[in-house]
Amino acid sequence: MRDVAIIGIGQTPVDEHWTTSLRHLALDAGLKALKDANLERVEAVYVGNMLSGTTTGQEHLGGLVVDFLGMAGTEAMKIEAACASGAAAVRVGMMAVASGMSDLVLAMGVEKMTDTVGQQTTAALAMAADAEYEVSQGVTFVTLNGLLMQRYMYEYGWERKDFANFVINAHANGKHNPNAMFQKEISQAAYERSPMISSPVGLFDASPICDGAAAVVLAPMEYAHTLSPAPVRIKASAVATSPLAVHSRKDPLALEAARISAQRAYEQAEIEPDDLDFFELHDAFTIMAALSLEATGFAERGQAVRMALDGEITLDGRIPVSTMGGLKSRGHPVGATGVYQIVESVLQLRGLAGETQLPNARLGMAQNIGGSGATIITHILEAMG
Amino acid sequence: MAELFTATEFNQHLAEHKLMGARCAACGEIHVPPRPICPECPEAEMTWEELSGEGKLAAFTVVHIAPTMMLDAGYGRKNPYCTGVVELAEGQRISAQILGVDVSDPASIAIGAPLKVAFVERGEGDEQKTYLAFEPA
Ligand SMILES: [Zn+2]
Repeated sequence: MRDVAIIGIGQTPVDEHWTTSLRHLALDAGLKALKDANLERVEAVYVGNMLSGTTTGQEHLGGLVVDFLGMAGTEAMKIEAACASGAAAVRVGMMAVASGMSDLVLAMGVEKMTDTVGQQTTAALAMAADAEYEVSQGVTFVTLNGLLMQRYMYEYGWERKDFANFVINAHANGKHNPNAMFQKEISQAAYERSPMISSPVGLFDASPICDGAAAVVLAPMEYAHTLSPAPVRIKASAVATSPLAVHSRKDPLALEAARISAQRAYEQAEIEPDDLDFFELHDAFTIMAALSLEATGFAERGQAVRMALDGEITLDGRIPVSTMGGLKSRGHPVGATGVYQIVESVLQLRGLAGETQLPNARLGMAQNIGGSGATIITHILEAMG
Repeated sequence: MAELFTATEFNQHLAEHKLMGARCAACGEIHVPPRPICPECPEAEMTWEELSGEGKLAAFTVVHIAPTMMLDAGYGRKNPYCTGVVELAEGQRISAQILGVDVSDPASIAIGAPLKVAFVERGEGDEQKTYLAFEPA
């Protein structure tokens, strides 16, 4: 197995791209990543996406995107793992390079969620849950997070207002990210008065519906330096799963797939959580940010909210999270999100994160959560420059 | 192939107002929702068995932005509903609508409260279907 490096990154600003189609979002991010890597072609393209069939009537994204990139003939496939589709595409690309089957790979994520009306998008997102035993009972993607947050508050005694710092931190950082959907701060008061979607999840607990695409170019580490002035090593890549249905998980608040995939990643990278300089976590909902911090070893069970209250997740805190806005402020174009997390991590490791650049960032982690936690993918990245 | 313990069969049992699970002959666990393979004992035989219908509330949420099927059933922003996870007396958990609670005051809904199974009929003619629900015991 070969070590794999990221030698190029590209991203489309997250927004409601009503006039830009799915293929052109992918094209924009893909071309930017290729340009960043000083390449015109790659040997394989993997496109992470969750919803295109439902929201745009378009499947078969591998062939579609690779053709519009001017590379028809090249190996290409769509990779799907609900909201973890983006990291899954990077994972598959990494496996192709690590195994020696390909040398240069483009891994991307793309999602278009604003072509459909709210109810259709809600139904599409619910496809990440168990259709026969959850969705059939009136469960949506948001209600699953409502169940988890309510149970968490019950078990650990927190109130909804205690979760505000996850949102305040994400927006304070996203404000400086030109690619973020929301470039403005949110106050404690605004968070507290946001309307309920599915109690106790309010509008500001949730990441927005949006469109976007992001891409990375992967190459063998052994000659990455000849292609890029600042390659970033994929030091670990791990996937773990849990039952799709929340009711079928032995301990739903444990976010078991996050714990297992992080543990595998720490073992591969031979590091401890405290060695990390930042953590791009999956704050699709405030409760997911909390559960992810606990499952990855940054907080005891029930104590991630305390971490946020104590300022440990800000840029100058113990473990900065959502350094460029996270899912809450940058946006959560579901199948693209995992690749945005990795692109932002690379910016931090290259020292190009702008206003929210962390000093001496050398080691970062990105964790992408599919559905309410059934597929969770953890990557650890290391600066090589 | 052995019996599959499908959702279609599970729903047929619901239509007869029976909550049924798949009991593993080896470890004795009753899997609800039913599944053909026990994760602990993959070789074991499974058989359908009716549950007591008793349980307690493990988690709940009051839904203000409803999906299409619940909008069609008359719920929505002005008429929110409660959905939850119920821990059954036999040990496993299942998702179901929670009836008979005050959705205007989620603080009044108590995790741990005893519940009993209820069956909700929705739709007409060929569309008619029985849904699983629970209500205070
Ligand atoms: Zn068994």
